Amino acid sequence: MKTPFLHSVASIVRKDLLVELRSRELITSMALFALLSILIFSFALELDRIAREEAIAGVLWVTVVFASVLGLNRSMAMERDQGNLDAMLLAPIDRSAIFAGKLAGNLVFSLVVGLALLPLMTVLYNRSLLEGWLLVVLLLGATGFSTVGTLLATMTVQTRARESLLPIVMLPIALPVLLAAVRASTSILTGSPFEDWIAWPQILLVLDVIYLVLCFLLFEFVIEE
Amino acid sequence: MTAPDAIIQTHALVKAFGLQPVLRRLDLSINRGDYVALLSPNGGGKSTLLRLLAGLSKPTSGRITVGGWELPAEAAAVRAQIGMVSHKVLLYENLSARENLRFFARLYNLPRAEAEARIETLLKRVGLARRQHDLVRTYSRGMQQRLSIARALLHDPHVLLFDEPYTGLDQDASRALDELLAEAHDEGHTIVMATHDLNRAATLASRVVILARGAVGFDRPSAELTPASLAAAYSEVTGMVTAR
Repeated sequence: MKTPFLHSVASIVRKDLLVELRSRELITSMALFALLSILIFSFALELDRIAREEAIAGVLWVTVVFASVLGLNRSMAMERDQGNLDAMLLAPIDRSAIFAGKLAGNLVFSLVVGLALLPLMTVLYNRSLLEGWLLVVLLLGATGFSTVGTLLATMTVQTRARESLLPIVMLPIALPVLLAAVRASTSILTGSPFEDWIAWPQILLVLDVIYLVLCFLLFEFVIEE
Repeated sequence: MTAPDAIIQTHALVKAFGLQPVLRRLDLSINRGDYVALLSPNGGGKSTLLRLLAGLSKPTSGRITVGGWELPAEAAAVRAQIGMVSHKVLLYENLSARENLRFFARLYNLPRAEAEARIETLLKRVGLARRQHDLVRTYSRGMQQRLSIARALLHDPHVLLFDEPYTGLDQDASRALDELLAEAHDEGHTIVMATHDLNRAATLASRVVILARGAVGFDRPSAELTPASLAAAYSEVTGMVTAR
């Protein structure tokens, strides 16, 4: 009777990508914000080589997180404004499939922006960011805050001040993920020994698992009145 | 006690938001093939009742069964039998009509060939076959509402719930909607429609239920009613003066 979980998730992700392909609302606003932030940082921070390598990770994560907040708000507003969330809730699918579908879509958009920033920052900061471990940290970090963000955006989108409320409630909760991601990225970019920083991606992985489990469990309560 | 023909039953249904009860021990039984017009003043509990029947909301207490399945315990089974149309269109405006229907067909796990055939039929039926590849945001409000009905009918549900479907429609679009609802009723779908329109309630529905103070205050076959007698009954039950 119930639609299989993975089939439901794939349908929702496919729909989100198709809507974005048509409207380009999310990627355009996220990319523009990210581009402007990176340019402002690059002109504002006139740093020597060592200070620059230490600052790059912070710039990268601040930009990715705030660009993602824009995308999260828009992605959930699209579901709420025309009542589409209700339409999905009416279907015989698991509530958690809706969460997983929206999370996967949001994660894709955050990663697209994050990946687009790497070559751009490489040019602007004269330091290659195209490193394998940095990509792993980007994936783990984006998974963590997209998970928290998807759950919280589902709550805040029902409020009038949704645009400003999401970062206020999301950032404190996602802070452990951001700290671990920034520390791992800084260590990778400053060339620290592998054994000095490998604990950070491991912590990120554990945080991701904890957030994923908690958010999956809480989603059903969040979408009930 | 379950009536043999009842497809929807509520028993002592209570729904409160915080300390504010909206439905107070509501008992209602709707038979297969009924076309029920649900009336009440604003805030009288019509939409709340429809959301409860659709499994979109959980009761504070009491029992709901739809098609013999209990809510909220067997919500997935109930949702498979229900189609809902509300004053919001529940559609993606940046997708075409066909893409919207395809997406919802996948959520209802319809086999691809069956879904495509069904989409084709429904698009013709609601008069959108020629505009099926246009984005929904380019549609008029009436066209969006017709597409919303196609979405609700996609999985061929036994029960159709309409929450003020005429909101924002002009005369022509309202008439087209009347015809679609009548067709759906003739096909054997059970229809529950929340509305403020007493004329439509008296002339289109087979039964009229008025909610007052969170319970059923009036329940009569529409064959026994005229628009004038319904307006009088509505005023008496709800204490509201109507201008028909």
